[in-house]
Amino acid sequence: MINVIIIFIGILMAISAIFAVESKKIIDSFIALSLMSLLSVFLFVIMKAPDVAITEASVGAGLTTAVLVLALRKIGGDKE
Amino acid sequence: MRRFLSALIVLGLIMFFISTLPLIPEFGKASLSKVSRAFIDKDVNGNGGNVQYGVSKDLENGAANVVTSIVVDYRSFDTLGEVTVLFTSALGVGIILSGYKRKKFGREPNFILRVSVGILLPLILLFGAYVFIHGHLTPGGGFPGGTIIAAGILLLYLSNEEFDLSKTVKFVEGISGSLYVIVGLLGLAVSGVFLINFLPTGVVGNLFSSGIVPIIYILIGFKVGAELSGIVAELHREG
Repeated sequence: MINVIIIFIGILMAISAIFAVESKKIIDSFIALSLMSLLSVFLFVIMKAPDVAITEASVGAGLTTAVLVLALRKIGGDKE
Repeated sequence: MRRFLSALIVLGLIMFFISTLPLIPEFGKASLSKVSRAFIDKDVNGNGGNVQYGVSKDLENGAANVVTSIVVDYRSFDTLGEVTVLFTSALGVGIILSGYKRKKFGREPNFILRVSVGILLPLILLFGAYVFIHGHLTPGGGFPGGTIIAAGILLLYLSNEEFDLSKTVKFVEGISGSLYVIVGLLGLAVSGVFLINFLPTGVVGNLFSSGIVPIIYILIGFKVGAELSGIVAELHREG
């Protein structure tokens, strides 16, 4: 059962990673990267690494997205 | 073609992932080496017997969280280097983005944002402080706690145009970073080893236990929170 959950989350992570590479708008890539970090948090919790999970949740899913969005706004938005 | 290739690579990675899963042992059934066993039992004073939560006294380290006892006590010098790396990256962001004046739009931010920040911000700051104060008892520690506090500061920046914290951030960062080194030098003065755990370690599981570990994690929490708040503030200023 636990293996099925791990495989499902892994497949979702791969899909969101592909979406982050292939999406046309940069802001969509940021959201997909954040989603991938959040899914990896589930994976860390399942694999009994709560310290890594809480760090990944706060840094990867939280602050990195905010910093990327602020940097995107600083370079002038999503224009070609 | 590119899509096909990337899908193929991902499929290969998934197959590799699935095929290596049975190699991971079940929880609690891994065959540990002598060193890992010693770190987990931690009763290395030669008394024998296992460590009991809330009962065992005056152990070598005394932190209930094994990861914290390694990160902040046995490998504390590595953590000092890690904090230095974070300081250097914050310095780089500050140098690149310095010289921009903060642009003010002259209108109030969204009503929902302003009101909900007033409700949410104390809870976020409290949770961040809890995470780094209880770093030696529960999962977490200085780095995630500081990051959570920096996220709260980001909310403050978004909700209030007049808000400015750059002077305080520099002060807190400098004070806590130098206090970390001073704690290490105190260990050098008392016991002859840099960053040694020179305070009494107490009972496993109490808040006031494991010597200098909670002190150092509180300092790291303040330092990381101040540095990341500084990065957020530099990026938030409109060029």
